[in-house]
Amino acid sequence: MTAIILTLKLAGLTTVILLLLGTPLAWWLARTRSAWKGVVGAVVALPLVLPPTVIGFYLLVTLGPNGPVGQLTQALGLGLLPFTFAGLVVGSVLYSMPFVVQPLQNAFEAVGDQPLEAAATLRASPLDTFFSVVLPLARPGYLTATVMGFAHTVGEFGVVLMMGGNIPGQTRVVSVQIYDYVEALEYAHAHWLAGGLVVFSFAVLMVLYLLNPTGRRRSGRPGASA
Amino acid sequence: MTAPTPPAGIKARLKLVRPGTGDHPGFTLNADLSLPGDRVSALFGPSGSGKTTCLRAIAGLERAADAYVAVNGEVWQDDAQDIFVPAHQRAVGYVFQNAALFTHLTVAQNLNYGRQRVPVAQQRVPLEQVVELLGLAGLMKRQPGTLSGGERQRVAIARALATSPKLMLMDEPLASLDAKRKAEILPYLEKLRDQLHIPIIYVSHASDEVARLADHLVLLDTGHVTDSGVTGDLMTRLDLSLAHGDTAGAIVQATISSHEPAYHLTLADFPGGRLCVPQQMMGAGQSLRIRIQARDVSLTLAPQTGTSILNILPVTVTALSDDSPGQMMVRLDATGTPLLARITRKSADTLGLATLQGTGQLVYAQVKGVAILGT
Repeated sequence: MTAIILTLKLAGLTTVILLLLGTPLAWWLARTRSAWKGVVGAVVALPLVLPPTVIGFYLLVTLGPNGPVGQLTQALGLGLLPFTFAGLVVGSVLYSMPFVVQPLQNAFEAVGDQPLEAAATLRASPLDTFFSVVLPLARPGYLTATVMGFAHTVGEFGVVLMMGGNIPGQTRVVSVQIYDYVEALEYAHAHWLAGGLVVFSFAVLMVLYLLNPTGRRRSGRPGASA
Repeated sequence: MTAPTPPAGIKARLKLVRPGTGDHPGFTLNADLSLPGDRVSALFGPSGSGKTTCLRAIAGLERAADAYVAVNGEVWQDDAQDIFVPAHQRAVGYVFQNAALFTHLTVAQNLNYGRQRVPVAQQRVPLEQVVELLGLAGLMKRQPGTLSGGERQRVAIARALATSPKLMLMDEPLASLDAKRKAEILPYLEKLRDQLHIPIIYVSHASDEVARLADHLVLLDTGHVTDSGVTGDLMTRLDLSLAHGDTAGAIVQATISSHEPAYHLTLADFPGGRLCVPQQMMGAGQSLRIRIQARDVSLTLAPQTGTSILNILPVTVTALSDDSPGQMMVRLDATGTPLLARITRKSADTLGLATLQGTGQLVYAQVKGVAILGT
């Protein structure tokens, strides 16, 4: 039970942080003409292709006592992040970033220039335009980003194991717990958790496809066109 | 140091260079516009001539590198003095070619979007008037996606007007519409011009719209102003392509003098004479804008009697020019009002029009048909 609550806490916090960080980042990626766009976009997408153990390994090294970030957190009196819940949040934010940033970026790109220019000629400042026009128009993207970011964090394993270890109540999330059960040959327990994750993931994706109008349009309902 | 008070009217000196990339050749805009501050001006030219870029630069949507933009005494951009008012602080109403309504808002919310961002003290155009003017009362609760093209365009015009702009910029607002929808919107644009006294810069490549709406005309080609002036004058200048082809024609500003109800006719006077037009629902003394197409005008050396043609005007020949093969365009003067006649080269030779040119000798223009453009 603690593993489930811990997982939900981790996924929830990660998603909130990612939406806050991902919004300006995705906006920049969607609007910029800078040559850095490709580089930043590739870095954001790295977790899609890298094995989670690689990300976990480098995080462990960077955040560890001899790593640059580790020395910084120590100097700031924050201690070391590996093998703590905060460390898991940092790892999850990086690991799930593409699942939040890319849907947002796509949504912002789909909004296009025209509504922004129309808003400008209607006296809306750029910030005003973002909240009154861009956010409502990008809502499907936010729904996708939230669900994918949350669900993907729930399902993460490699990064957690590499840099979070297996501390009950602190870093032992559901996916690690399942691993433990299987190691201990407690298949019945493993079934409950693993089956639960399958049901959860299915439910989440169902909700996403039912609620998201763009998803619905893409799937194409025959005869629905006027 | 105080800057000199900017002049009345609309001044826009715009310089802008867009470097070419790959398949796209570069584009250079170098336009100097000086437009009346209370009338409709049209920017007319082929696509790629820089019409839309002019509007965008005036609105501040695109930053011209070296520009001066002033609207009736208010400077919006003066790069010589490092003045650039951002787009959202310019009191401009912009109507995009494809309406650009906010799809997440209803029609009413679209109309309110700009209006509620304008300080109450600056709201000069009441929303009710805008809704009435553009006939939107029945559409207020609709979503933009459920509107026809013409309705969308009317909402876009109303949304821009509701901000009480000091200048309306309209980028081919009718280009995406078929002839029927166009005919549906044009009267609204005329009402807007006649009732609100907000200067309008109207971009178009359709000469019929320009003839109908614009008082002042600017011709653009490849980013340069090739000519500008009063619409009626430019449309009859034989050195310009506007005065050639099947759609060429003159504009006559006339005043209604009386009606002949029995014949369903209205008589309208202008300095060059009297025109009989289809009956108008307006009282005597009202002004009427009439278009006389060059192809509807024939010429005789002596006034004809025993003809079914009602409108015969004494005119002089001021210029002749080749039109299409076998056709000539003749510029006429009807006591100060220029007219055009398109006749065959053979007729021109038979009548000896070339020798009459500039002599002030009267000939007679027979007008087969007129089109009422509005007020």
